[in-house]
Parts: sequence; structure tokens; C-alpha cells
Amino acid sequence: MFTRGSLVPAEIYLNVAASGLLTGLVYGLMALGLSVIFGVVRVVNFAHGEMMTVAMYIALVLFTAYGLDPLVAMVPIAAVLFAFGYLLQAGLINPFITRPEHSQFMLLVAIALILVNLQLIAFGPDAQGVHTSYSFDSYALGPLIIDASKAYAAIAALVVAAALFAFFRFTLLGKAIRACADNYHGALVVGLNVKHLYALTFGLGAACVGAAGAMLMVVIDVTPSIGPAYTLLAFVIVITGGMGSMPGALLGGVLIGVTEALGGLLFTPSAKSMFAFGLLVLVLLFRPQGILGKKTA
Amino acid sequence: MIKLLLAGVPRTGLLMLAILLALFVALPFFVSDYLVTVLFLILYFAFVGQAWNIMMGFAGQLSLGHALYVGLGAYAAAALYVHFGISPWIGLWASMGISAVAGAIIGFLAFRFGVGGVYFAILTIAFAEFARIGFDHFTWVDGSSGFFLPVANYTENDLWNLRGSTRMFYYLMLGMTVAALLACHALLRSRAGYYWLAIRESPEAAQALGINIFKYKMYAVVLSAAMTSLAGVIFAFFYNNLFPEQIFHISRSIELILAPIIGGVGTLAGPLVGAFLLTALAEGLREVMLQLGVDVPGVKQVFYGICLLLVVMFLPDGVWPPLSKLLGLDRKTPDREG
Repeated sequence: MFTRGSLVPAEIYLNVAASGLLTGLVYGLMALGLSVIFGVVRVVNFAHGEMMTVAMYIALVLFTAYGLDPLVAMVPIAAVLFAFGYLLQAGLINPFITRPEHSQFMLLVAIALILVNLQLIAFGPDAQGVHTSYSFDSYALGPLIIDASKAYAAIAALVVAAALFAFFRFTLLGKAIRACADNYHGALVVGLNVKHLYALTFGLGAACVGAAGAMLMVVIDVTPSIGPAYTLLAFVIVITGGMGSMPGALLGGVLIGVTEALGGLLFTPSAKSMFAFGLLVLVLLFRPQGILGKKTA
Repeated sequence: MIKLLLAGVPRTGLLMLAILLALFVALPFFVSDYLVTVLFLILYFAFVGQAWNIMMGFAGQLSLGHALYVGLGAYAAAALYVHFGISPWIGLWASMGISAVAGAIIGFLAFRFGVGGVYFAILTIAFAEFARIGFDHFTWVDGSSGFFLPVANYTENDLWNLRGSTRMFYYLMLGMTVAALLACHALLRSRAGYYWLAIRESPEAAQALGINIFKYKMYAVVLSAAMTSLAGVIFAFFYNNLFPEQIFHISRSIELILAPIIGGVGTLAGPLVGAFLLTALAEGLREVMLQLGVDVPGVKQVFYGICLLLVVMFLPDGVWPPLSKLLGLDRKTPDREG
């Protein structure tokens, strides 16, 4: 098994872990969108993965029609998803803010169901992918061989995540959104337009997942059925990292990325998501608030 | 016992139930095989909906992974039958046992730490997905290539081995649905039922009153899981093929909670009303699509999604509460609080 080239097992593990780390950063950005939405609006976006596949299909169409690189198309795609998220929150979800949790959840389940099946009707069930000029490039970094697509995607994910951190940390609007998250009634009292800010937040979360979708397009193929799988993956990441914690989402993404990659290597690739679920169960057992989450009463 | 079962049911309601039951018993003598299958599906969804309702409607725990219990129940009974020739009437105890243990594990993990609401829902999905991938690699039941029960052209019904006509399954399912309805009606008037409602409305208040909320939530999840697995047994022997990709899939979990949500979460009639509406509408849609010559996968699910969307937006309590008011059946009973 280990006779190929001069690689020794340890290096294979290292390579697979590095590849998992890079994919994990993109996962992290996707989960960041979920975390931001939950942290502020307190609504769990059950249509998260389905929104990501929407972004992936837009990237696919732009690539096949105009040859636009998904990593460039990422910017307009994020804008489209932002608008989609804003309208979704402003139109459908805002009236549900005061409703019970399961009612909000069912609303998003319904949206997810509609999105995934509209994609199935529009694009069919077959896997489709893009081949960029750098699809088969790689960089040698000491003993590591880094896949170029994954490296670019991971760098893009870090840039977007950093921009989002900066937005929440340094801009007035970001501060206002954080104020809504910390104290809903307080924010109303000081005259913030909470519904507008909620819609903006949902838009931002959607833009994150849109950008992540465009990045993933250079790494994996898209089918409508991966939508629900990635919704679940985003949940697992966010719960592992800590609901509402932004660094937690990135850390969780990396952790899940590496776990899946190593799990796929040690056992069979098709069983790799079992390891993500195993990690979820462990976290829920020993640290239910997540690795970087704050303890709640 | 009879008194307990009749408690809190208005007389007109009893009359309607009797007529409905008579109709369900008589219908197969007058309609085609195809329609019997449709009626069977209505009862199937009413039954699993009722089982799910114990968790969500009574105890307030949102499970989105009930396909897990259907799948475990189906695989356990089918594997015992195919590998050892054990009758499903014996196998169903294994099904219930395995599902109850699975439910207990999930419940233990979640309720011990107060993992509730959406976190609990996600945990239930995660376990169903875990099982789906696990069964894909479970060679004893042929993994992802699917597990098949031997099929022949049956001239007579073999009830002991559940080999026979659609009508046999229909009557079996009818019996199960009636039993589930009666059991849930009795449960709601039992000590556990009142405790569940208290936990659903306010876990803190329930605990302050001295209710062991962990214990009663565990009862709910174990009972619901065991009941759901029975539907799995029927599913296995009715369809004769099991694929992990289908039976454990998240879309199945969602499909089976649509009926109680559309009918009315926490009501006894909700699952039946919802199953009837949904199946009738879906069949109608199928007919329309057939007429138009459209054959695209996904249309039915989009339709389900739109139904769900409209119901959660405009009828947050489901169809049954306003409908029962219309029928004059809305006398206050514990299952329909004000």
C-alpha cells in the first residue's frame, strides 16, 4: 500500500491532514455564516447547505457559460446570496422571530425542501464540476504536496472571514448588529431598526455561505443532494466550535475537515462523515457548549 | 378502561369516529387495488405521525430523525426473517427493542445535559445520518446495494409471515392506526401524559413541581421510537426492499413529520387529518402531472415544501384546531389547550 514513490506513511498522513485543513477552512467559512445568523437573529438556518448549492450552481453556470473562474465569480455570487438572504429574512423570517423555536425551524425546513428540489428540477441529479486551469496544479512544500485549488480556496476563505471579523469589530453597523445580538430590547430602546439589522445579518450569513459555495466549486462536484448533507455538516461544525462564536466556527471547520480527511484515509472515504458525527457526539457529551462556546445556564 | 378511553370525547366526535372507521373498513371492498395502496399510505403516515407526536406534540421534543427508528425496525425484522426465517410477529420485538435502545441513547445524550430545541433536532438528524452511512457498509444486510425480501405471487395471505396482498397490509395498518389513536388518547389522560404537557409548556415550572423531567422525556423518546419501529416492520414487508440511502434519509424523516404538523401538532386527530390531506393532495398532483405529461423528480417535494410553508405561516397550530371548531368538536380537552 505504501510502495508508491518514496512516501512513508507518516507523510501520507501529513498530506491528508493538510488537505483536510485547507478544505476545513472553507467549511469554516460556510459554518461562519450559520453561526453569525444564529448568534444575532437566534434563528437556525436549516436551509444553509441548500443555499450553498444555489451558490455552487450559479458558479457552475457562470463558468460553463462565460468561463468565469469560481474564485472570481465569488464576489457577484456573494452579492446575490446577500440579497437573497436579506429578502428571506425581511419577507418570511422576521414575522417568525417571536414564534416558538420549532415553528421557525419548520419554516426553514420548508424553504430547504423547496430549494433542494427546485435545483433537482433545474439541474438534474447528476454530479457536475468545473475544471479550471489550475485544477491539477500543486505546490511542493517540503514533504507536503499542496493542491493548488484547495490552497486558493482556503486563502479566499481566510480573506472573507477576516473581512467579516473586521466588519463586526470596527464598523458602526457591525457594532449595531452586535448590540441587537446582546440585547434585543435594549437595541429597540436606543432606536436601532432591529428588523433591518436582522435582515442585514441574514444577508451577511448568506453571503458567507455563497462565497464558500463558490470556493468549494473548485474543489468538489455539485449535486442537489449535497445541500442537506452540508446543512448538517455546518451544524456539526458550529456545535463543535461553539454556537455563536465566530472563531469557534473556523476552528470547528478545520477540526471537522481534518477529522473527515483522516477518517477517510484510515477507513473508507464513503464513511468519512461518520467521524464528523462521532466528534459531534463527543462534544455534546463532554462540552455541550462547544469548544470555544460560552457556558449558558 | 372503556371509561378512560371515552373521557373528554364529545358525543358527535364519537359518532364521526364510528362512521370514519366503518368507512375505512368497508372501502377496500369497493375500490381498486391502487386506491387501497393510497389508503394504506394515509394510515401509514397517520401511524408514524402519531408516534412522532408523542415526542413533539406531547413532550415538546423536536425530533427530525425519526427515519432512524423506521429504518432500524425495518432492517431488524427483515434480517431476522431472511436470515433465520423468524416471523415478523416475533421479529417486531427485536425491532422495538433495538429502536427503543437507540432512542434511549439519543435521549440520554441530549436530556442529561439539557440539550433541547434545535440542538436536539440536529442530534437526532446526526444519528439518522450516522445509521444511513453505517448501514451502507453493513454487509450482513447487503450494505448500499439494498436488502431484499423474497417475493412471490401470493394466492393466499400468510399473516404469520406477512406475505400477501395489499388488502392484508391495509387492514393490519388500520388496526395499528386505531390502536395508536386509542393508546395516545389514553396516554394523554395518564400521569405521564399530564407530565409531558407540563414539560412541553414549561420545563422549569414542571421541574419546580417535582416532575423528574429527564425520566419523563426518556419515556417519551423510548415509547415514540418503539412505536415508530413497528411502522418500519410493515414498511419492510410491504415494499420488500430496503436501501439505507432511502430509508434513513433525512427527507424521509421530514416526510413523516409533515402529517402531524399540517394536521396539528399535539392533537390526536392531527396526524390522521394531515396524512389524509397530504396524501390526497399529492395523489391529485400526480394525476395532474400525468395528464400534463410532466415527469420530473422533485415536483412532489416542492409541493410538500409549499404546503408546509403555507401551513407554518398561516395555520401555525395546524388544520385540525380550526377544523374541529367548525365541526363543533372544540370542547376543551387536555390535548387541545386554549
